[in-house]
This record gives sequence, structure tokens and C-alpha cells, in this order.
Amino acid sequence: MARMKFLCDADRCIECNACVTACKNEHEVPWGINRRRVVTINDGKPGERSVSMACMHCTDAPCAAVCPVNCIYTTADGVVLHSKDLCIGCGYCFYACPFGAPQYPKVGNFGSRGKMDKCTFCAGGPEADGSKEEYEKYGANRLAEGKLPLCAEMCSTKSLLAGDGEIIAQIYKERVMKRGYGSGAWGWKTAYRETIES
Amino acid sequence: MASFARFIRLTLGALAFLLVISMAGPCGAQQINPTASSVKEQQLLQEFDRIQGRVSIPDQRSGILIQPAGREWREFRDLTLRWIGGITILGMLAVLIIFYLSRGMVRLESGRSGRTIVRFTSFERFVHWMTATCFIVLAISGLNITFGRPLLLPLIGHEAFSDWSQWAKYAHNFLSFPFTIGVVLIFLMWIAGNIPNKVDVDWIKRGGGLVGHDHPRAYRFNAGQKAIYWIVVIGGGLVAATGYALMFPFYLSGIEGMQLAQIVHSIVAMLFIAAMLAHIYIGTIGMEGAFEAMGSGTVDVNWAREHHALWLEEQNARTSARPQPSASAAE
Repeated sequence: MARMKFLCDADRCIECNACVTACKNEHEVPWGINRRRVVTINDGKPGERSVSMACMHCTDAPCAAVCPVNCIYTTADGVVLHSKDLCIGCGYCFYACPFGAPQYPKVGNFGSRGKMDKCTFCAGGPEADGSKEEYEKYGANRLAEGKLPLCAEMCSTKSLLAGDGEIIAQIYKERVMKRGYGSGAWGWKTAYRETIES
Repeated sequence: MASFARFIRLTLGALAFLLVISMAGPCGAQQINPTASSVKEQQLLQEFDRIQGRVSIPDQRSGILIQPAGREWREFRDLTLRWIGGITILGMLAVLIIFYLSRGMVRLESGRSGRTIVRFTSFERFVHWMTATCFIVLAISGLNITFGRPLLLPLIGHEAFSDWSQWAKYAHNFLSFPFTIGVVLIFLMWIAGNIPNKVDVDWIKRGGGLVGHDHPRAYRFNAGQKAIYWIVVIGGGLVAATGYALMFPFYLSGIEGMQLAQIVHSIVAMLFIAAMLAHIYIGTIGMEGAFEAMGSGTVDVNWAREHHALWLEEQNARTSARPQPSASAAE
């Protein structure tokens, strides 16, 4: 089994936001919720870098550890998914997440949170693969169809890589060797407790 | 001759080409390394506790890229808090059980006089019980968030536990309003009797009469009750303020503020629950004649004399100023 990971090569990202748009469209993500976003650091200054970030599908995911109802789980592929049927919208996963991945639709009274929504690595949820219920709650299940996440597939500069961690790390390593520089695999140390030596 | 000239030309051309190649080599290596001046994750994380930048989507809060502080919060929520809560609440229960078994109920030493005196008006009792009811629901639903997953979830299963937790969350959110109103009213209506004074020092020195058969004198509220009052006012204020910060995400603070709010909220709540266990104990099985003060609102005069002698004198002085048919004084 592969261990799925995301890797954003910040030296290639041109902040076109195609990944954000692809994700929103593919999963029909409602208004106000962004499963993926592109953050530009040192915007406008020399050496600025843009990083596309979503749920990193952490090893030993903090969100799953703090969930009071234990609705977040890791699949055999290392993808972190959750059950919207069990989620109570308490916000704890959002306090624990290092990447700001969990999102909550504003429903009901006060600023209270609806069921949590986040990137599924295009792998749906606990419902039957490709079912209508699964699509309505979590969006498309591309992984079950043998496809990789659309955000990375759509990336025009192939900055965003998604797939088996070892393979994408290898691709990144080769790029760094060839071009002679690399600003590192953003978020890897926090998410996977490892980094790609280059 | 022509062939010689051609040879020279070729040789010169080749030499020039080699020169260009050899020049181009070092030139290429001197090309600027784009990452030399670029931002680096490790460096940013060392300088700041999180990495943030600009986003072009409307949700500006998503500009925070990485905030590893969630890791410490996770440690607190999953480990530290469970120890704090377990020790304070179970510890308090153990202390109360040991105390009850060794000391038993604090009896009315002079028995009942049969005459009663008003201790709490119906409005005071209403506020007390409104706050108390809310507190119990808030405490149980709050403890569920901390201890439900390891203790209750394995017993009743995912679906049932999730349904119950959902309702518990709604109850927790909604009942926070009457609870907060109750805390404010308690603060206002009992502040006069709860300012610490010299009598309290003596009361504390004599252990409040909890051990032995001592009855240190007290006004309307003794030092123990004053402690409970201030726990409710300060603790209640803190849980309310931090609770609303969590209930209205991002109105008051960012994610780090909410982590801190949750830490304060949960620790204060655990201590609050432990304190309230002691309060419930002494108001029910811990002391004879105490519950009726908040039950019917009146207490036996002998109870008042034993536990709140100075308050009884005050009340008597007030009533004897007016003509009282049954004011045949104390025996």
C-alpha cells in the first residue's frame, strides 16, 4: 500500500490558484469553505514563495487524536478522512491542526459550527465508494477510480505533487539535483516528522 | 593554399568555440541561486511560532500556513487535562467520602427549635437553582468532551455517543446564557455579604467548625461560603468569557487565542466542578439543616445560631426594632 502525501514545490508555484479552483469545482465545495488555498509568504519582496496548502494527511494526525467523538481516521493509504455523520462540529480538530485544514460551514445559532469539512485527498468518506451520499458529503472519490487528487493533476507547473510519498519525494529530489536549488518540502516536518534531504 | 586558409579558419573557429564554451561554464555556475534569498520554512519556524502570508481568497484567516502550536495543545487536551481533571474531581470525591465516613453529618447540636427564620428569598433561590441546574448540565456535557471518548464511547458505540455528544454540545452552548446571567445576578445580590473581614480569619483558624464541635461565629456568610461565592464569581466569569471566545470563533481572537481559551476554560471548569462537589456535599448530606436554606428558604433558628450567630443577632436586632408578637427572644 502506498502512503499518500502532498508536496508543494514552492520554487515552481506561480500562485495561479488553479488547484484551489479545481478542488472547489470537483467536490462542489460550498461557499465560504476552502479545502485548499495558496499562501504567499513575503509577498512582493525578493525571495517570496507561494505554497499551496490543504490537509497534509499527517502521520499520527493531531485532529484525529483530539476529536472528542473519534470521527477522524486514517485509511490504509495514509489518507486522513472523517465521518460527517459522527462529527459534532466542536472545533477541536481546528485547534489542533497545524495547517488550518478543517473548515466549518456556519450553520445555526451564534458562530456555531456545522459538520467539519476538509480535504479528503479526493478519497471521499466512509460511505460506499462513488455513492451519491459520499459525493454529497465529501465530494468525488477519485482515488477509488484509480486517479490522484485533481489539484495536483491540474497544476500547470507541476509544483503540487500528490501521490505515494516515496515517489513524489524522489521526483522532488531529482528536481533539486537538476536545478541546483530547492526551498524544501513545506510542511513535511510538521506533518510527517521527516523532510527531504537535498 | 585555399585548403591551408580553410584549415586556419577552422582551427581558429574551433579555438574560439572552445573559448566560448570554457567561458560559458563558469558563467553558468555564477547564475543567481533563486533559493539563496528565498524564504525558508525552517528559518521562519525558528524565528516565529508560525508561518503566515497573504491569500487571495476572501477568508484572510487561512493566510496562516503552518502553526505547529497545535501539537502542544493536543498534548494538553489529551493528556494534561485528563490528569488535572481526574485528580481534582476524583480527589475531591475521595476527600468528601473520607470526611463523611470519619466525621459524618454535622448535626444540629441543640436540636431543632421549631422556629424558623428566612434565609433566602424566593428570588435568591430561583437564581441559585437556575445557575445550579445549568451548571450541572454544563459540567456533564463538558466532562463528556474530555472524558467521553475513553470512558463512554467504548460502552455505547459510535452512533449513540455521537448523537448524545451533539445534544450535549447544543445544551452546553445554549445553557451558557442562563448560567452567565445567574453568575452575574449571584455576584450582584450577594456581594454585600461576601466581602472578607476579620471574623473570617478566626473562622478559618478554627477550621470552620468542621472538625470537632466548634462553632466559630459568622455573619450571613462564613469564610467557606465566601470562598464558594468568589469561586463562582471569578471561576464563572472566566469560564463564561473563555467559553464565548470558543463559541464565537474568530470574533475575539485567532487560533492561538482559542487554544489558550480552551486551556483556561477546561482547567477552571475542572476546579470549579471539584469545588461544587464540596458545596453540594456540605449543603446536603454534610450538614443537618443546611439544605432547607435553599430548599424552603427558611432555616431553624438553632441552625442559624450554631452556624451564623452574628447574622442571627443582626436579624433579631432588626426585627426587635419593630414590634414582634413572637419575639420572645432566645431561650
